[in-house]
Amino acid sequence: MLKLSFNITGKDMRTGIIAKKMGMTRIFTEAGEHVPVTVLKVDNCKVVAKRTKDINGYNSLQLGFGAAKVKNLSKAQRGHFAKPKVEPKIKLVEFRVSEDALLDVGSELSVNHFIAGQKVDVTSTSVGKGFAGAMKRHNFSGLRASHGVSVSHRSHGSTGQCQDPGKVFKGKKMAGHLGSERVTIQNLEVVKLDESRDLILIKGAIPGSAGSYVMVKDSVKFKLSSDVPYPASLKAASENKIDNQNENLEVKAEGDKVPNDSHKSKKTNDKKDSSEASSKPTKGDSDAS
Amino acid sequence: MNTIEEIEKENIENLTKEKEIPDFNPGDTVKVQVKVVEGQRERLQAFEGVCIAKKNRGINSSFTIRKISYGEGVERVFPLYSPKNASIEVIRKGSVRRSKLYYLRGRTGKKARIAEKIDNTKNKKLQSNSSNKGISTENTKEKDSKND
Repeated sequence: MLKLSFNITGKDMRTGIIAKKMGMTRIFTEAGEHVPVTVLKVDNCKVVAKRTKDINGYNSLQLGFGAAKVKNLSKAQRGHFAKPKVEPKIKLVEFRVSEDALLDVGSELSVNHFIAGQKVDVTSTSVGKGFAGAMKRHNFSGLRASHGVSVSHRSHGSTGQCQDPGKVFKGKKMAGHLGSERVTIQNLEVVKLDESRDLILIKGAIPGSAGSYVMVKDSVKFKLSSDVPYPASLKAASENKIDNQNENLEVKAEGDKVPNDSHKSKKTNDKKDSSEASSKPTKGDSDAS
Repeated sequence: MNTIEEIEKENIENLTKEKEIPDFNPGDTVKVQVKVVEGQRERLQAFEGVCIAKKNRGINSSFTIRKISYGEGVERVFPLYSPKNASIEVIRKGSVRRSKLYYLRGRTGKKARIAEKIDNTKNKKLQSNSSNKGISTENTKEKDSKND
């Protein structure tokens, strides 16, 4: 508890990153051990809004992930993205940060925000299992296979006493909905970072199905290493500048058209980015070899 | 190609850069040189026997080798792309009609034989190698087991 409270009010609280779970694979180490890894993709993770202690009573950053189609956004959402001049995002998440770790709105986070070997906490929505029995949901043993048990081999058995309480206690573990809830896995290790493809490889399994959104944060239980970029590792400023210029131009247009236009011009930008990105992997490969 | 496939393909390329993994099938007699670390020293240990199963799953591929060591059946599962496999060598091609030879587990001696596969295109090479004894258990060298 002490550590947790320290991290909420403390100095070294960096923002997390929103990522998309791509799936799992394995990596062989030099020694021949294999490491199971989950692959996360960071796609255009930008700061959309900033909450400061003076105005909002607390410090945090709202990050956006990916790209959303403008036609699928409500008017309110369009306004929300038009104000900071950031292209529409498919997923928005707020991360509490310490005051000196606040970032400028519009800055884009890179995967190098984390370093290999670092411990992180990962939050996501677990895979939904529907209405599950007590054996699956609470690891009950069920009833016996024989000795007179009929039909109810997977039932939970007794739920309490007799007339004395005369009721089933609140919170009794029984069958019910399982999964599809917010789950945080603590102390997972970052195995590898792939800057050219914007990938984070994390050791072990992560809740949720492939394609689900995942929040990656510094571990609350481990002290932050001094090698970690503070307050954050941002993508090259030159790309951001181009974005800003375009955005400035677009802002001159009026009303509802603003986010529309911004989206179109963004698309062209994205294309540029992707062409750059596609040329990068070859470089990376040659380095690796 | 999706990201996972891309990563796996790259990893396979990196792992097979320095060594070649031969094409072999269940029924073949295979010799695997395994890197064993003893304290500071690293040495090679051979494991030779019949490949009784092969699992093809990209980088997760593996194969199972069965041999008889001091009269006791021993099976070992190797990851196909593991850096711990220094080399894989095909000693003898076997002719079988199944992809999983689990029926060999219940058999010993003459019944556990596998006929040699005759490939007409490479006839010359094979004839020189083949002794037609055809029994996998005889191929396993006891000296390997002593090393174990």
